[in-house]
Amino acid sequence: MKAKIIITPKKAVLDPQGITVKTALEHMGYTGVTGVHIGKYIEIDLAPGTDKAAASKALNEAAHKLLSNPVIEDYRLEIE
Amino acid sequence: MNFAVLQFPASNCDQDAVHAVRLLGHSARLVWHKDASLGDTDCVIVPGGFSYGDYLRCGAIARFSPVMQAVKQFADNGGLVLGICNGFQVLTEAGLLPGALIRNRDLQFHCENIFLKTATNDSPFTSQIPAGKILRVPIAHGEGCYFADEETLAKLKTNNQILWQYCDATGNLTDPANPNGALQNIAGICNEKRNVAGLMPHPERACEPLLGSDDGKWIFESIFAALKNKTVAAAA
Repeated sequence: MKAKIIITPKKAVLDPQGITVKTALEHMGYTGVTGVHIGKYIEIDLAPGTDKAAASKALNEAAHKLLSNPVIEDYRLEIE
Repeated sequence: MNFAVLQFPASNCDQDAVHAVRLLGHSARLVWHKDASLGDTDCVIVPGGFSYGDYLRCGAIARFSPVMQAVKQFADNGGLVLGICNGFQVLTEAGLLPGALIRNRDLQFHCENIFLKTATNDSPFTSQIPAGKILRVPIAHGEGCYFADEETLAKLKTNNQILWQYCDATGNLTDPANPNGALQNIAGICNEKRNVAGLMPHPERACEPLLGSDDGKWIFESIFAALKNKTVAAAA
């Protein structure tokens, strides 16, 4: 079992990496790009047969406390 | 006065902080991050560096170290805590100071001298800074852009919690004088109770003329004065 956590900067937070990459894409000729947001992807291996609901509760807590900073980041959790 | 300077794996301004405090006539010692107690301490300095390799986010891992639980308790009891650079990042991650420090807007690491305007003398960290004095102190960071949501920022202003702002040599809060894109040119703030402060610049690296500036000493002199007043009050 795997948990995937995708962390992105909040919309109100300046994302200079995203802006720089967007500019680079435009220079390369890729048109129609209206925004680039650079975040983090964390993959967590879980023991087989782990209770999905319990894992989701625990990982949401961990994501809030450690894996993301709620002041500047949003996250999305997927367990599969 | 006894200063406790925390030491995390990859702290690198811990010795500078100890040196500055001793140079200015007080005692300082290092406290290892695994220690659960601060011992006999009047003020805690969370120093600069790259604690735990800056993994995940700057300061994110350090906040869970045993010594930080002791620092939280010390701060809750009204003890003075100063976070410098990475120490500022640790204190925001620990929730002891509001907001967050994010990547510099130009994505560059800035290592240079900057100018600081003191926004208020009403704090244990700024009381002795001469009125109108512009401090010349170094910065050395890649992630020093102060961010807080609008509500937090409004609260900081209402409560006079902004302590230092980046300015030009004559004290104007201009955009070119802002090295990292920090909101409102914010270089340092304190908490609502005014006993915990953090700043990105390094006052401990500017406490003697040999290093090009001794302006940083005013911040330490303010702390000494606050501690002295506290001792007098306790004895009375």
